[in-house]
Amino acid sequence: MNNLSLRLPRIHLTPVTQRRLANFRRNRRGVWSLWIFAVLFFVTLFAEVIANDKPLLVRFDGAFYSPVLVEYTETTFGGEFLTEADYRDPFVADLINAKGWMVWPLIRYSYDTINYNLKVPAPAPPSTDNWLGTDDQGRDVVARLIYGFRISVLFGLTLTLFSALAGVSIGAFQGFYGGLLDLLGQRFIEIWAGMPMLYLLIIMASVITPNFWWLLGLMLAFSWMGFVGVVRAELLKARKLDFVRAAQALGVSDLKIIYKHVLPNAIVATVTFIPFTLAGSITTLTGLDFLGFGLPAGSPSLGELLNQGKANLQAPWLGLSGFFVIAIMLSLLVFIGEAVRDAFDPRKTLQ
Amino acid sequence: MTALLEISDLHTSFNQGEDEVKAVRGASLSIEKGETHALVGESGSGKSVTALSVMQLLPYPLAHHPGGSITFRGEELMGAQAWQMREIRGNRIAMIFQEPLTSLNPLHSIEKQISEVLYLHKALSPTEAGERVLELLDLVGLEEAKTRLGALPHEFSGGQQQRVMIAMALANDPDLLIADEPTTALDVTIQAQVLALLKDLQKKLGMTMLLITHDLGIVRHMADRVSVMNDGEIVEQGDLGPVFENPQHPYTQHLLAAEPRGRPDPGPADAPTVMAGNDVRVWFPIKKGIIRRTAGHVKAVDGITLAVRQGHTLGVVGESGSGKSTLGRALLRLEKSNGEIAFEGRSIQDLRGKALRPLRREMQIVFQDPYGSLSPRLSVRQIIEEGLLVHDIATNADDRRQLVIEGLHEVGLETDMLTRYPHEFSGGQRQRIAIARALIVKPKFIVLDEPTSALDMSVQAQIIDLLRELQKSHDLAYLFISHDLKVIRAMAHDIMVMRRGRVVEQGAADDVLDNPQDPYTKALMAAAFDIKADDTGAVSV
Repeated sequence: MNNLSLRLPRIHLTPVTQRRLANFRRNRRGVWSLWIFAVLFFVTLFAEVIANDKPLLVRFDGAFYSPVLVEYTETTFGGEFLTEADYRDPFVADLINAKGWMVWPLIRYSYDTINYNLKVPAPAPPSTDNWLGTDDQGRDVVARLIYGFRISVLFGLTLTLFSALAGVSIGAFQGFYGGLLDLLGQRFIEIWAGMPMLYLLIIMASVITPNFWWLLGLMLAFSWMGFVGVVRAELLKARKLDFVRAAQALGVSDLKIIYKHVLPNAIVATVTFIPFTLAGSITTLTGLDFLGFGLPAGSPSLGELLNQGKANLQAPWLGLSGFFVIAIMLSLLVFIGEAVRDAFDPRKTLQ
Repeated sequence: MTALLEISDLHTSFNQGEDEVKAVRGASLSIEKGETHALVGESGSGKSVTALSVMQLLPYPLAHHPGGSITFRGEELMGAQAWQMREIRGNRIAMIFQEPLTSLNPLHSIEKQISEVLYLHKALSPTEAGERVLELLDLVGLEEAKTRLGALPHEFSGGQQQRVMIAMALANDPDLLIADEPTTALDVTIQAQVLALLKDLQKKLGMTMLLITHDLGIVRHMADRVSVMNDGEIVEQGDLGPVFENPQHPYTQHLLAAEPRGRPDPGPADAPTVMAGNDVRVWFPIKKGIIRRTAGHVKAVDGITLAVRQGHTLGVVGESGSGKSTLGRALLRLEKSNGEIAFEGRSIQDLRGKALRPLRREMQIVFQDPYGSLSPRLSVRQIIEEGLLVHDIATNADDRRQLVIEGLHEVGLETDMLTRYPHEFSGGQRQRIAIARALIVKPKFIVLDEPTSALDMSVQAQIIDLLRELQKSHDLAYLFISHDLKVIRAMAHDIMVMRRGRVVEQGAADDVLDNPQDPYTKALMAAAFDIKADDTGAVSV
């Protein structure tokens, strides 16, 4: 391993981190997956400038306009309505092009833009205009995939982060202190885990209109339990080990023992769990969307795309593109997760 | 006369290419019929691998033999067909292992396990097999064998389990018995009994034995010929007497010199008492029934009174389960106890939580297992500096680093080890790290809970030297817990013999060692120093 490449300029890495990084880099599949996923995620974070029904920049009558950021009325460009300009309307486009120019994003559709110029009834097959065709409401599939990918990953990451925080803390206390606390905690989890989560979500969906945060909260209430088991088991084992007793003999406080001595040993188990939780959260969200109980109607969602694919078997581009995006996303996440897990394991002998 | 077993130029390696580990490199030895050949060496020297090579029990093809030959009664075993080996294993060559409990299947009765060998190789009928099992159990001296045939392995004590293992090995009258550290996991008194049994059986049955051990005392007591192994090679070989009295190879000399010996230097005469316990009791409740009512107590420590003086070592000796480790933890208030515990004259039994923390600086502990006592995920620096952080001894990171480095040097380690992890170190080095961790807060009292038991003999001697040096330079008070009387003799100024939570004998080291009063102490001494089994009844199986 080249030492220079490890010593990043101006960033001081502890040898521990360096070794973990080196371990991670040795896993080629993981590194590639991370790069692909990072690029995809980064690009989709800026979905608005990639796929939008508004131009990025308008030059009109000697002045610059940025419709993506600011709402302009049609009258600004010499039109008739006081509503926001529809730049895709040939009438508006002609007005602007007469006195200037427009810079369009790569894809001229947002996730909710309906293409009224279809030559065939929606869903329309792939064409130069709509690269992966349109769905049954005439919306561009590529645009919906980009927005759908973003919302799925953000949802998954947020949910995983919060469930890990909640699950690991609860598991740590249960495992470290054991006894009555552990007994009550385990019984509570048994009862709580027995609740049919999907039905609860469906019932809740009839009372409230689920949005991103509602769904997150509801799913968080159930997804933290997966972490408790592994962390608790690790801590039950670790709390009687000699190095914990040695720390107690040094006068280290319980919280610090948990945090510094015991939890790092549970980290492999936790990290192993994270890609699966992340993949699981995304799958659950997709599933709810597929059933129609997920994100509000009209949201860009992979599950809804799959549902359309099922309803329109004559339009295979719907189902296929939905399937491939989900499958690739989940595979990348699992490959990254495996590489991270191995990098964190100090006993791992390197091949 | 041809040898029963002839190993010549044996090579055994694991893995291929760059990762190849040469576990055995050209070992040759031959065993005549009826003799006991001892294979001596420290852990990792390749002695067990040699034995497993004879049995062809290694994980092939990961393990392989680049060269050499093993002949048993003129028959080549190297590369023998699987069915040929099955004929030999358990039939002509039998093996007993170190840990009797893990070598026995916990789900089958001992009768079933012993008779299995008989069915396999002798095709006996169930009645014949039953008789033979009883005969074997009588032979190995298992008491009330008839009523205990259906018992499961965990219902026996360690010594009894090893007897069952021996019965199993002897079932088919093997020509060669390979005993791989047969008594290492046993208490000294039990060890003496098992060794006496092996010797007796060998005389009765005319059996040949390959004895693998790290314990020179056992070799001296048991072997006719001896091979000393180091780093995969046999460095010295010969009859017992010449090898031990006049060792030629430097490694043999080193090994023989490494047995813990000597006595500690006398401590200061008027030293004040650092740690005192008065009638200390640790009782664990036994709960029964649905409502978990306390039905009785396991009296792990049952009314012990002791005093440890500055610069002195109190050696606590006893067999496993005698409560000596629990006593050590109770004194440090790591275990709930009753009775009075006073540190430098001040009672600490009622201190709780935060009030106890300043005291933690004054008393420390070093554990037996150097593999379990260091956090596997913290670097050496993080492990050692923890005490400094807890007690705010050095708030500046550079000062802390300096103190950690000094601590490392003090226990004989190097500065460049700071950023490494525990698993990169050998057992002895880890134990040094554990000692450095305890010492960095400058304690006055240290509980040493079997600090040398998991280490090789030569490393043991080094650690003992280190501990003696540190005691002198820091005026430390030690509570030294061990089952090994040789180590205790090398360390302790005062000795306390414990049995079943109670004190059997207590006094100055010289008095207890040279003139033991209690029969149990006498039996313990005989077993430890002369490997002599006690038949007065002071030690029950």
